[in-house]
Amino acid sequence: MTMDLGFVRKEFVPSKPAPGRTGGPILWAQKNLFSTPTDTLFTVIGILFLLWAVPPLYNFIIGHAVMPGGTVEDCRVEGAGACWAYIYARFNFFIYGFYPIQEYWRPNIVFVMLAALIIPLLMPTAPFKRINALLFFVVFPVVSFYLLHGGVFGMRYVPTEQWGGLMVTLIISLVGIICSIPLGILLALGRQSKLPIIKTLCVLFIELWRAVPLITVLFMASIMLPLFMPAGTTVDKLLRALVGVTLFSSAYLAETVRGGLQALPRGQFEAGASLGLGYWKRTYFIILPQALKHVIPGIVNNFIALFKDTSLVSIVGIFDLLNTVQSASSDIEWASPTQAVTGYVFAAFVFWIFCFAMSRYSLWMERRLDTGHKR
Amino acid sequence: MAVQDNIGGAPPRTSLLNDPVFRGIIYQVLVAAAVIGFAAWIVLNTAQNLAMQNKTTGFDFLFRTAGFDISFTLFPWSRTSLYWQAFVAGLLNTLLVAVIGIFFATIIGFTLGIARLSSNWLISRVATVYIETIRNIPLLLQLFFWYFAVLKAMPAVRDSFLLPLGIYINQRGIMVPKPLPDHEFIWVAVAFVLCLVAAIAIGVWATRQRTLTGHYPSSIVLAARVANAVVMFALGYLAFALLGQIIPGLATPMVAAIAALVLVAISFTPYRPYAGAFVASAITFVVAAFLLGGMFNAVPTIAVQLVALLIGLAVGWMMLERIGTAPVDASKFPTALPILVVVGIPLVLYWLIGAELAFEPPVLQRFNFQGGVQLPPELVALVFGLSIYTAAFIAENVRGGIRAVSHGQTEAAQSLGLKEGDRLRLVIVPQAMRVIVPPLTSQYLNLTKNSSLGAAIGYPELVNVFTGTTLNQTGKAIEVIALTMAVYLTFSLVTSAFMNWYNGRVALVER
Amino acid sequence: MSQVSETTVERNIKTSGMQVSKTDVAIDVIGMHKWYSDFHVLRDINLKVMRGERIVIAGPSGSGKSTLIRCINRLEEHQEGQIIVNGTELTADLKRIDDVRREVGMVFQHFNLFPHLTILQNLTLAPIWVRGIPKAEAEATAMHYLERVKIPEQANKFPGQLSGGQQQRVAIARSLCMKPSIMLFDEPTSALDPEMVKEVLEVMISLAEDGMTMICVTHEMGFARQVANRVIFMDQGQIIEQNDPENFFSNPQHERTKLFLSQILH
Repeated sequence: MTMDLGFVRKEFVPSKPAPGRTGGPILWAQKNLFSTPTDTLFTVIGILFLLWAVPPLYNFIIGHAVMPGGTVEDCRVEGAGACWAYIYARFNFFIYGFYPIQEYWRPNIVFVMLAALIIPLLMPTAPFKRINALLFFVVFPVVSFYLLHGGVFGMRYVPTEQWGGLMVTLIISLVGIICSIPLGILLALGRQSKLPIIKTLCVLFIELWRAVPLITVLFMASIMLPLFMPAGTTVDKLLRALVGVTLFSSAYLAETVRGGLQALPRGQFEAGASLGLGYWKRTYFIILPQALKHVIPGIVNNFIALFKDTSLVSIVGIFDLLNTVQSASSDIEWASPTQAVTGYVFAAFVFWIFCFAMSRYSLWMERRLDTGHKR
Repeated sequence: MAVQDNIGGAPPRTSLLNDPVFRGIIYQVLVAAAVIGFAAWIVLNTAQNLAMQNKTTGFDFLFRTAGFDISFTLFPWSRTSLYWQAFVAGLLNTLLVAVIGIFFATIIGFTLGIARLSSNWLISRVATVYIETIRNIPLLLQLFFWYFAVLKAMPAVRDSFLLPLGIYINQRGIMVPKPLPDHEFIWVAVAFVLCLVAAIAIGVWATRQRTLTGHYPSSIVLAARVANAVVMFALGYLAFALLGQIIPGLATPMVAAIAALVLVAISFTPYRPYAGAFVASAITFVVAAFLLGGMFNAVPTIAVQLVALLIGLAVGWMMLERIGTAPVDASKFPTALPILVVVGIPLVLYWLIGAELAFEPPVLQRFNFQGGVQLPPELVALVFGLSIYTAAFIAENVRGGIRAVSHGQTEAAQSLGLKEGDRLRLVIVPQAMRVIVPPLTSQYLNLTKNSSLGAAIGYPELVNVFTGTTLNQTGKAIEVIALTMAVYLTFSLVTSAFMNWYNGRVALVER
Repeated sequence: MSQVSETTVERNIKTSGMQVSKTDVAIDVIGMHKWYSDFHVLRDINLKVMRGERIVIAGPSGSGKSTLIRCINRLEEHQEGQIIVNGTELTADLKRIDDVRREVGMVFQHFNLFPHLTILQNLTLAPIWVRGIPKAEAEATAMHYLERVKIPEQANKFPGQLSGGQQQRVAIARSLCMKPSIMLFDEPTSALDPEMVKEVLEVMISLAEDGMTMICVTHEMGFARQVANRVIFMDQGQIIEQNDPENFFSNPQHERTKLFLSQILH
């Protein structure tokens, strides 16, 4: 080797800015939109697609739309966009269904209570979790039921046939999730159990409900539930749907919870046993708190699915949000070419807001739990 | 419940109540008794209720005449058909919509999943917006939208939209030309299937030879050269014929044939990328001009054609880099050969034996269309809704599967000198598919279950025909619902059997 | 690749540009800079590696060692300067990149074996599909190298069934099956349990004894002393000091090097 190997750096090379290729909007575009011929081609196709799709969409929703305050004649004009005036006029129907107008304060109180209880419950840092949970899962449903149903404390009785709109959508999904959480936990524990009969029963129950579509469950609940009851018992239509939805979603929830139970390290079970705790104490104090914390994102995802699925109750004749929109679309008073589409867009938007917010929450929670786990 | 695991043999002086085994048995007996008791209570109530309503039980109703109409069946249906035939009709309709839906959902889903991972910002954003919008809106709402707001809002029969290829669209659905194959055509179809098998066999054999000997067999290489020339001629001819649609004068078959021959000649010289690029540009240009013309009918034709020309040139530029200058040799997979076998041989046969595949286009009569095939709007809306909805979920699975393959795998393959195609085929895709297939199967199952929502828009699938109409007419609630559930339970069991088998097969071997 | 004598060194590479004699200089990095978006990770790297040379790169984490050797087979792209490997300059040209990668083997910290393929399939994949070697021959070569790394009996197992040290030896054998003229090692022993480090180092030492051109990023200073004919110390994206191992360890010049060595050697 003839080369002199020794080298010592005399002066430090200072950091200098990157040459042209990084930074700046034009360069960003070059890198992210036009880096190769193929890339450029895709960008052009993408732009053409947006040029084709966005202007009509904009014109429909905003540009040519008839805003609240417009009349049905405006909506009937050739080329008019969404008839928001119609949504505005029927807004109460979409929210409360046939609930008597003078009693709107009752659902309104329920809505406020719901927001006041659920927001701190979902914030991991908010205090008084136990009381909060107790209020939300036990007190709130009972109070809400009497408020909405009436017939006590001089409140007017409002039969469930008059309930409707977003209110019913929320009721079904909330009752569904609140009832299916304990049921789902029990089923998940049962499925993990070493007792063969209990395990088999739980597996059968879970797999049966998971195998069939919700619509058949709802049919079954609405047609067969009255048959199963002692002769002469009448079961409220809404209650039938609630039973169906709860059974259905508890099976899915059980699988989510099972995931959390399986993710727990074996040592936790053993540590619990070594402390001399019995099965139920061990489960309640050690296993469930950890497992449930980890499946919060999963439970929220279940809730999203359930929330979307509640729209199916319109098939068995319950006036949820979708059904109110659907039935209002044949309302002669507001008949116009865009009436039906406007209704669907409105309902889609409401569902989307709820589901999207919840899915962001679940993602956020997942990330939070992830980092918490690493530390 | 899981108490028996703490202690092995029972110590001598334990009270029976503290014996975990005994406790376990007690628990189970109690639960079993409760369940049986509950079931008995239900059965008793049901029997009482049925007796009060003077109803009988049993499946004998299946062999009675149904006496109702089904708007769309895959086999001849009349009011005199039996209830079990209604069951089969509904089941077949469910399967039909599931198969078509799965086909489209897979294509859209994979495209979107890959698009979402694209390094192109615009493409990945568009895919993200699609996924986040679609999967956060209830499927039933989407079905209502497609059915009531889109298809039912189509013009009346007399003002039907005319799409290309003689397809009409109106309130009553989509009218497509009806294929009328003659007697000889069956041989063409048989030939097509055989050629498909042959092409796969050729591909597998060539690949095996390639691994065993290090190069593709010379017979295959020779055939591939011929195939390349033929495919180039066909594509060149097509390109000029299409160009003739826009630039008159090129339309004569003679001109197109001569030009295509020139392209074939060029493809044997080192300038072959230019021939390929030209063909790709020309075809893209015409197709883009046509599509964009349809999309932007307010924009002057010349502007549309200019944009189409630019797209065509971009595709040509892309192809110029992709197509190697070297002709087919023993190191390249003979792509053209299987294509030629599958397309070419049946075509030649079609021409030789004088088979004919006529199409009977739908023709507008005074009140309705005559001829053609009518795809009912219910079917179209259901396929649309199911594919678009499920695709959003499949896209997420695909994205997750690809992302699950660590970047180290790509780097290792790169550092070994594997080219992009081989990298994907041999390293990335096999690993990604292990992750993708299980959730993909459950999406397929979900789609099949969700097809029951067709009942809400009047598509005669199982729930509609059987749990709806049949139940209403016969009142056999328990039997009908049990049969319906059994069908879906079977679907589910078959799916999970497949998944277990697949997972067992592809599971990575670990210590 | 046959061994090449280390005779004349072309001094005037920089002036003559691409006219590098293929025989002597394996890798030539000239005035190379690299940025991760705005972060200047590699600064003015000049490095000429002769055929048969064994170079160890040391330095604190985040000093750009790994990035440097990843640039050499273009797992990362550089923005300024030149990297010439076996006479081929690395540019965006895919064909050149393929040419270089075929000649350069790389061993990763986390092995990166293909988990869905058996050991034998891992080893024959690239020879068959990149070099077009008949399967039987590729398998014979693979077995040869598996014997060389002393685990022929594992040929039909899957990577997941092997220990870390065994996996890393398989990864080395996988690279060797491509008959590379240069081997790059990116912290090959960092992810291993202590008792497995030795078996991997032994394989690397025997490679060095056979005259393989090697660049190793490693913290194994014993290995550097025994095997390297040049040690390079990097910090903050630049080469701070280089020397033959003896001088490097006994007589470090730069303050930063002294500090580093005092912390790593006891």
